[in-house]
Amino acid sequence: MKLSRTEIAERLAGDFPDGAVVNLGIGLPTLVADYLPEDREIILHTENGMLGMGRAAAEDEIDGDLINAGKIPVTEPPGASYFHHADSFAMMRGGHIDYCVLGAYQVAINGDLANWHTGAPDAIPAVGGAMDLAIGAKHVYVMMDLFTKTGQCKIVEQCTYPLTGLGCVERIYTDMAIFELSEGQIRVLEIFADLDLAGLEEAMGLRLQDGLVAA
Amino acid sequence: MVNKRVGSAGEAVADIPDGATVMIGGFGKAGQPVELIDALLEHGAKDLVVVNNNAGNGTTGLAALIGAGQVRKMICSFPRQKDSQIFDERYRAGEIELEIVPQGNLAERIRAAGAGVGAFFTPTGFGTMLAEGKETREIDGRNYVLEYPIKADFALIKALKSDRRGNLVYRKTARNFGPIMAAAATTTIAQVDSVVELGELDPEAMVTPGIYVDRVLELPQDSVRMEGKAS
Repeated sequence: MKLSRTEIAERLAGDFPDGAVVNLGIGLPTLVADYLPEDREIILHTENGMLGMGRAAAEDEIDGDLINAGKIPVTEPPGASYFHHADSFAMMRGGHIDYCVLGAYQVAINGDLANWHTGAPDAIPAVGGAMDLAIGAKHVYVMMDLFTKTGQCKIVEQCTYPLTGLGCVERIYTDMAIFELSEGQIRVLEIFADLDLAGLEEAMGLRLQDGLVAA
Repeated sequence: MVNKRVGSAGEAVADIPDGATVMIGGFGKAGQPVELIDALLEHGAKDLVVVNNNAGNGTTGLAALIGAGQVRKMICSFPRQKDSQIFDERYRAGEIELEIVPQGNLAERIRAAGAGVGAFFTPTGFGTMLAEGKETREIDGRNYVLEYPIKADFALIKALKSDRRGNLVYRKTARNFGPIMAAAATTTIAQVDSVVELGELDPEAMVTPGIYVDRVLELPQDSVRMEGKAS
């Protein structure tokens, strides 16, 4: 069995501790906002200048001046604050954001992240805040499918796409398993696919450390 | 008496020359000074270098300015979006230059210009293709890239309220680049929903002090905002 994207989001959202300040990247990671545990106070940061950001706005709540990094209208719950762009990125660069969740084209076992540019000659590159988040957040989590549509493993010995940040990724939440990276090694924390550790190693073509908690 | 009010958008942008570097506030459509951009379009200044987070959305505002061929170069972090077709077309045709800057470096380079900082070392981008050819330094065991300020001749920004001294307050996430662009440009032009009497704005809650603002243009926006879906 593989996890759906919403199931990955839900699984990841459950790992933030009470009081965590979290930035969710645009695209897939935005889904995590829908599954934040209700018994914990998680403070969302958005790069365009808001802390304590609320959920997506309903049709009758849409306000063009109140949007998230993906330019989707959101809400302003009690306790929110606004600030300008230089302050917003100082929060990242200055190490004040506890967690960020980013999508990825590739993650290398040394924690290098490639998520902004395919390197294709006709591609128009667009980096946004990805490089700032990758080096700034205290914990960088990646959320992605483990394999591309054509069957390439997205966790690799060395990234072939242009890099976003060096040695920055700590955990990778995928449809098939959860991985933790440290000191050049990759540890499997949980497997969802119908595979054991050896089967997963074979599918990925990588040597994996056993970090599975006995059920 | 200090009075920074101007009567029309056309008057506000009339002295922007060909070849000027113009910062334009906004993140997508939030905070984008659409009427000032429209006036710049009509004014016709060309060969512009424009600094904005994006490279235009849809067919209005910055997208229209790019479409009219008035922009020689874009300095931005995130040009490619689902509705950036006007920029995409010009870029692929080789008709516009692009300098892509990580968003935090873009913000800090703008801030540095306004704050009189000559350059700064930032960890963002180290080891990536966006730092190629740039000076680097290891400080306390961490690697940094040297980045230089981005100054502008003009900044066009949008705020919620001002007074005749040019003090500004903004609205929600439409604040974004406004305060730092105001400080980084030689001449800053702000369009606001309303210009209020001196003393009506709370000095403790002022966001951009008037020292950074040269011209304010009152343009009531309520109707625009409420229908304005950000995209």
